[in-house]
Amino acid sequence: MAAVSFRDVRKSYTAELQVIHGVSMEIEDGEFIVILGPSGCGKSTLLRMVAGLETISAGEIAIGGRVVNNLEPKDRDIAMVFQNYALYPHMSVYDNMAYGLRIRGLSKEEISVRVQKAADILELEKFLERKPRALSGGQRQRVAMGRAIVREPQVFLFDEPLSNLDAKLRVQMRAELQALHRRLGTTSLFVTHDQVEAMTLAQRMIVMNAGRAEQIGAPLEIYAKPATTFVAGFIGSPPMNLIPSKREGRDALLGVRPEHLAPCGRGEAMMTVDVDLIEPLGSDTLVYGHLGANGAGARVAVRLHQSVDARAGHLAVRYDPAQAHWFDPASGKRIEQ
Amino acid sequence: MVENRPWLTLFTHAVLLLGVAAVAFPLYVTFVASTLRLEEIMSVPMPLVPGDQFLANYSQVLAAGGTTGSKAPVSTMLFNSTVMALAIAIGKITISIIASFAIVYFRFPLRNFFFWMIFITLMLPVEVRIIPTFKVVSDLGMLNTYAGLTVPLIASATATFLFRQFFMTVPDELAEAARVDGAGPMRFFRDVLLPLSKTSIAALFVIQFIYGWNQYLWPLLITSEESMYTAVIGISRMLVGGDAANEWNLIMATAILAMLPPALVVVLMQKWFVKGLVETEK
Amino acid sequence: MEKRVVFRSAWLPYALLAPQIAITIVFFFWPAVQAVWFAFQLQDAFGLHTEFVGLQNFEALFADEHYLGSFRTTAVFSVLVAFSGIAISLLLATMADRVLRGALAYKTLLIWPYAVAPAIAGVLWAFMFAPSIGIVTYVLKGMGVDWNWIIQGDQAMLLVVMASVWKQISYNFLFFLAGLQSIPKSLIEAAAIDGAGPARRFWTIVFPLLSPTTFFLLVVNIVYAFFDTFGVIDATTQGGPAQATQILVYKVYYDGVKAADLGGSSAQSVILMFIVITLTVIQFRFVERKVQY
Repeated sequence: MAAVSFRDVRKSYTAELQVIHGVSMEIEDGEFIVILGPSGCGKSTLLRMVAGLETISAGEIAIGGRVVNNLEPKDRDIAMVFQNYALYPHMSVYDNMAYGLRIRGLSKEEISVRVQKAADILELEKFLERKPRALSGGQRQRVAMGRAIVREPQVFLFDEPLSNLDAKLRVQMRAELQALHRRLGTTSLFVTHDQVEAMTLAQRMIVMNAGRAEQIGAPLEIYAKPATTFVAGFIGSPPMNLIPSKREGRDALLGVRPEHLAPCGRGEAMMTVDVDLIEPLGSDTLVYGHLGANGAGARVAVRLHQSVDARAGHLAVRYDPAQAHWFDPASGKRIEQ
Repeated sequence: MVENRPWLTLFTHAVLLLGVAAVAFPLYVTFVASTLRLEEIMSVPMPLVPGDQFLANYSQVLAAGGTTGSKAPVSTMLFNSTVMALAIAIGKITISIIASFAIVYFRFPLRNFFFWMIFITLMLPVEVRIIPTFKVVSDLGMLNTYAGLTVPLIASATATFLFRQFFMTVPDELAEAARVDGAGPMRFFRDVLLPLSKTSIAALFVIQFIYGWNQYLWPLLITSEESMYTAVIGISRMLVGGDAANEWNLIMATAILAMLPPALVVVLMQKWFVKGLVETEK
Repeated sequence: MEKRVVFRSAWLPYALLAPQIAITIVFFFWPAVQAVWFAFQLQDAFGLHTEFVGLQNFEALFADEHYLGSFRTTAVFSVLVAFSGIAISLLLATMADRVLRGALAYKTLLIWPYAVAPAIAGVLWAFMFAPSIGIVTYVLKGMGVDWNWIIQGDQAMLLVVMASVWKQISYNFLFFLAGLQSIPKSLIEAAAIDGAGPARRFWTIVFPLLSPTTFFLLVVNIVYAFFDTFGVIDATTQGGPAQATQILVYKVYYDGVKAADLGGSSAQSVILMFIVITLTVIQFRFVERKVQY
């Protein structure tokens, strides 16, 4: 186990094409870090730079205090789980897990002990002799994790490992990953584009956009205080409402989450939504609409905990000013109150 | 089939049977002729049922070739053909698979130049450079040798392309996983790429074995000693005169023997053969 | 397309490429360069003296009625081989694609001529059609046909075409069958529901969808007729009678090996190279287009 440091890490393919614009972060020993962002934001590239599968154009990455920029993947003491699992199709489950250990020259007995232990943790004992193609998606996923576990590395790298699974299995594997991390306590970097995965797994997360780390912090902290309009829009579903407004006489964006808007009487309304669409979800109801003249037609979503009369046409809502966020419309940055 | 029309089905089978008959008839005549006495063939029309000279004819050619033309034993020729076909098939596969591995999995100066060099050989079949290639082989002292028969034929753009194409379909993540697992390039090649290429190798083997076995122009140029004749060359050397002067029964026995190994390879390895054929040309 | 991940080594890729590149240079490039070089030279009968003569060999070739005749012969031969081979195989493949029972048996029985060497194919057909003793000659005589390909040029041409097509049918058949099997059944069913009968479906749906395969086979068959049929011709007619079956490749061989005309034969090789390059470019243009579908 080891700490991981990013020091102004940059990646460019050509002089013009830069994909990572300087990321800095200190990851503590044993932390579970999620790198979250939309596709093409550079999150996988960042992870692959830690793995040694992409070169580092500038800056430094250190694992356990040792700068690894020029080390081969095998010398970095990391293990990686790939999105499509990357199991060797012609090897049995046992051989898939044992391969890296054999290359490292471990004894037969040692390999067997480690593979059995990993198989035990992941409930793969019954499948050790099978080929990957005879396994279900979830089982293949476990083998991929087993291959990482047996290596007993300092850092686990996960590249969207759950995105090829169906929704139900994803929830189950999420729980297993958490349990595994509690058990092994290995420093982990986990890349995903799924905010639910990020919120539930991360101790801290990095929200990335266009090659930059927009915000680094604990999930609830990021939810409560998004640093930019991008983060505000990316975390939370439906995304935070951003309404052009004025604050202290200057243009500003008012951000209110749909779940922080509450219906109220006309008299105490802070805004009135012209309703376009109502989505009853059972547990709650989503109302989509736009603001009238005073709100310049901004689109607004509201999450209600009771059903509403669909024919109403208008919905008067208010919010607690403590739960309002303000952003600078030009830079998109949060304005601290 | 979308609709059920009995006459159409009948017609379909009739056409196919006719096709099979047309394809098989020359073979049948050849086999019959290989079991007859020469006089029986000469007495027009020759019988169309097999005769009783099967053993006599085949043991004659295997042991001592023809009696008038070439006297090289066909067993030697079959051995030469086998050496040639195997050396070409194995040699081609070996040098192509490592060349494609280099081209696909490494970046190095002149990579594209080498690729184009290999590509251009597609446009230079033996037939268009007969004399100078013969001179090169002759200058190297490789006339009438197995090396001369095979080495010039084992550079193959098609095999290199086939492996390149296959390697491109191997997921990048497998190479990455192997690197993270600590495997170097040759270890990855041996432990992962080679086992995954098994079917491509088998398919290519069938195609190249037949290619090597059926070579004609090249051995014709390179071999002048009877001991180096291949089966295909041997047959043409047994054709010594007009159609009535040839020992047709022995020639036909030799033809059957020369056709048998590649035909067996095609029929027994049909699945791989079809795959190899369709994929090499893609 | 390129691999995302690559291995790094300063020498390994060169070592891996070395055998293939060495053979390519020694047995392909060097002879090809020499062929071009010889093509511009004239050698005396004893090979003692050579001189550079520029385009003289080419001029002599194109003034030579035999060479121009060989061009015409090659054109006729390759068109006959390509078209009849493709037509027969397409018919057989279409039928084989229709049958439910015995499809594999038919396939196995139709593909084995691929294994037969062109030279042996030539010998087989020459035997069946041998003027004095051939079994087919006997039948033809009975029908009043005067068959003797050793004397009659047209019959010699017909013989080498038949032997060449016979050998190539299995190859074409396999490609057509693969092409037919890749056409979605739902398309055929949709056409049937639209009221198209079997023949109409073939010409309006199947044949257009097969056109990439057909075009590919056309090029391959022309290349085959140009080069690979050397064995058929050498084992049967040897270019005769009176050059009636002397295709370009056979003339290169004959002039170079039998007549020892180094310059003339090399000039012919250079012209053949141009033809192969043209055909290869056409073929790859087509492959590119196919990829874009």
